[in-house]
Amino acid sequence: MAQPAHTLPAHPEKATLEGKNKYLGFWFFLGGETVLFASLFGTYLALRGSTADAPGPADLFHLELVFIMTMLLLTSSLTSVFAVISMKKGSFKGMIMWMWLTVALGLGFLGFEIYEFYEYNHLGLGYTSSAFASSFYSLVGTHGAHVTFGIGWIITLLIRYRKAGITLTNASKFYTAVLYWHFIDVVWVFIFTVVYLLGVGA
Amino acid sequence: MSNSSAAQKSVVWDWLTTVDHKKIGIMYFLAGLFFFTIAGIEAMLIRIQLMFPEMAFLGEQTYNEVLTMHGTTMLFLAAMPMFFGFMNFVTPLQIGARDVAFPFVNSLGFWLFLFGGLLLHVSYFTGGAPDAGWTAYAPLSTTSEGQGVDYYILGLQVSGAGTLMSGINFLVTIVNMRAPGMSMMRMPLFTWTTFVTSMLILFAFPALTVGLLLLMLDRTFGGAFFDIGLGGNVVIYQHLFWIFGHPEVYILILPAFGIFSEVISTFAKKRLFGYSAMVFATMIIGFLGFMVWAHHMFTVGMGPVANAIFAVATMAIAVPTGIKIFNWLLTLWGGRIKFTTANLFALAFIPSFVLGGVTGVQLAMSAADYQFHDTYFVVAHFHYVIIGGSVFGIFAATFYWWPKMFGYRLGEGLGKIFFWLFLIGFHLTFFIQHFLGLVGMPRRVASYLDGQGFNEMNLISSLGAFMMAVAFIFLVVNVIVSRKNTTNVTDPWDGRTLEWATTTPVQEFNFAQTPLIRDLDALWYEKMNGNGKIKAAEPLDEIHMPNGSILPIIMSSGLVVASFGVIYEMYLLIALGLLINFGCMFVRSIKEDHGYHIPVSEIKKQGGES
Repeated sequence: MAQPAHTLPAHPEKATLEGKNKYLGFWFFLGGETVLFASLFGTYLALRGSTADAPGPADLFHLELVFIMTMLLLTSSLTSVFAVISMKKGSFKGMIMWMWLTVALGLGFLGFEIYEFYEYNHLGLGYTSSAFASSFYSLVGTHGAHVTFGIGWIITLLIRYRKAGITLTNASKFYTAVLYWHFIDVVWVFIFTVVYLLGVGA
Repeated sequence: MSNSSAAQKSVVWDWLTTVDHKKIGIMYFLAGLFFFTIAGIEAMLIRIQLMFPEMAFLGEQTYNEVLTMHGTTMLFLAAMPMFFGFMNFVTPLQIGARDVAFPFVNSLGFWLFLFGGLLLHVSYFTGGAPDAGWTAYAPLSTTSEGQGVDYYILGLQVSGAGTLMSGINFLVTIVNMRAPGMSMMRMPLFTWTTFVTSMLILFAFPALTVGLLLLMLDRTFGGAFFDIGLGGNVVIYQHLFWIFGHPEVYILILPAFGIFSEVISTFAKKRLFGYSAMVFATMIIGFLGFMVWAHHMFTVGMGPVANAIFAVATMAIAVPTGIKIFNWLLTLWGGRIKFTTANLFALAFIPSFVLGGVTGVQLAMSAADYQFHDTYFVVAHFHYVIIGGSVFGIFAATFYWWPKMFGYRLGEGLGKIFFWLFLIGFHLTFFIQHFLGLVGMPRRVASYLDGQGFNEMNLISSLGAFMMAVAFIFLVVNVIVSRKNTTNVTDPWDGRTLEWATTTPVQEFNFAQTPLIRDLDALWYEKMNGNGKIKAAEPLDEIHMPNGSILPIIMSSGLVVASFGVIYEMYLLIALGLLINFGCMFVRSIKEDHGYHIPVSEIKKQGGES
């Protein structure tokens, strides 16, 4: 079942037609996801001034916390790149190790996000408080849901293939999971800019 | 399961678990036809209610529900799935593929669509269907009583997810699975329109997903997106809806354009005139389709600059569409035209659709639109493009591909009666509605008063609708009585494209050997320059096939369970439904399913020589 590393092609993730299909299909899927997030961003931008009498962005956001979250997620993207490099070198152990590190950093990010939501709720910003609140929680929450799904997905792969070695079947699975992970990272960069930097600045 | 053919299964189990694009195509088509019938009956109820002034046939609330369901069902559950049926069945054959790129996802997409559609229709039995129009504008939809609108939101959300998946599937299939020699610029036009349509689906549907999500959050979870008191803004919904909604109308018309291109060139016995112009016109229409959404909102108050920009962009679409119309006419020019039923629908489409296009440009003039807005003029316009374009396309394709899909030819005599009754009925119903609109009858009203000059025109319109209903009965009769026409079904029209090179019924692996494509209109080229048979690109070898799976149905029902949880605010049910759904995804992810192989002896036994 496990193939020796030296027989793997240069791009094991798209060496088979199935892998090639998955690779392309996943890129298309991310195109759709882009529109999904763009719609949520548009909604947020239209409503971010509508705080009613509830707390607004400037009252709530602290860049220290968001900076830590950003660093965690950006670093997790880097470790997932290392995982892919390991995969292409044929180092199964390296890939697994870097992927676990990615998961750990993702969990750290998620923990801070839960803390953040809990804090804001504590400060009087419930989901139903204002149009700003609804759009903020929906945009950032949808991102958080994506992170959660990604963590579940990668853990599933890591446990399922813990002893399998790199195969032409699982290479494409790991690769698409990493693509997904990069995508949530990119979305976060926009959230950081549009939600937090603009929110503190304005 | 890797070296023998699939074990014998019962027929029902086979269809429930199938991942064969041809069976899924047939199921899409039949399910679409089912919903088409329901929405057609709803249309008849509407026209009976409006036949005479102050009719008390339906009552206002029921009228609103029937009106909403007619539009929603026709667009999402009838027209699109019927096109999907043809796309699924025909596209892989036209590009010489053994299947689509993701057979499992294909099946999942179908079951999500079907379950979403059925979920929407459950609302009739649980206290009232949605009543906020097919657009479900906030705040009308967010304040609508009862659960009707919740069914609308969740039903469309579930079926929309299926549509999105199918769109991605077609894109990857067309990019990756083409047979050797089938370059992009040798693809049949129907495959091209499938490609561009899928692109539109991919980039349009997520906007609907978010629009519906916001409605759901407001209605069920106390969100404040559309609550003016808390700073909400209802126009956001209109933007999101039409960012989806306008590409959606091109999703409905582009496949029809592809069908007409195939039908017209086949029955004119000529290569399609201006093939590359047709391809680029399709792409330009697809692109511009995303640039014009706000022409649905001219009267919202976006200001003269925005209105002017969207007006000009809208009018620009007439240019590529005009290119197409002229190319069809020039394809016919000098051709040996055969007036089969399929071709009659294609020929009738040209003037009918041009009429709809002309009123489209009229409506695009934003200043004039203040006058036309929300009148029957708009109703007449979009029925001209959707019936005169999409529905004629569906009927042309039905007659054209029926022999390949079902193994018998539909009768031409009955077909022509159907065509003429439908054509005359259609124009009788909708032509006069232009004038109803111009004299001021508003759309979406359950009734009207006597003495406003609406009476005669409404009566004529309703009579036309009855004619269309009678025509449809002729189609149903045709489907039943034509079953004996089982001769000459392999290539009944002397076809040009690859699907006519397969056997009828098409073998599960489509082509015993992957075909070699030597020109545009691959089969016609071989008929003219070869021995009439497609050359093989590979030696006869065992064929790899995917295994069927029951997971798509379980996943879809999981989402239906979760939807009921949202509709009735039962959080345990939501959790259970999502658990079923994600559980299936988990199983699918950890179970490596490599399919099976059909041995050479089996292929030979099925007559798969080429």
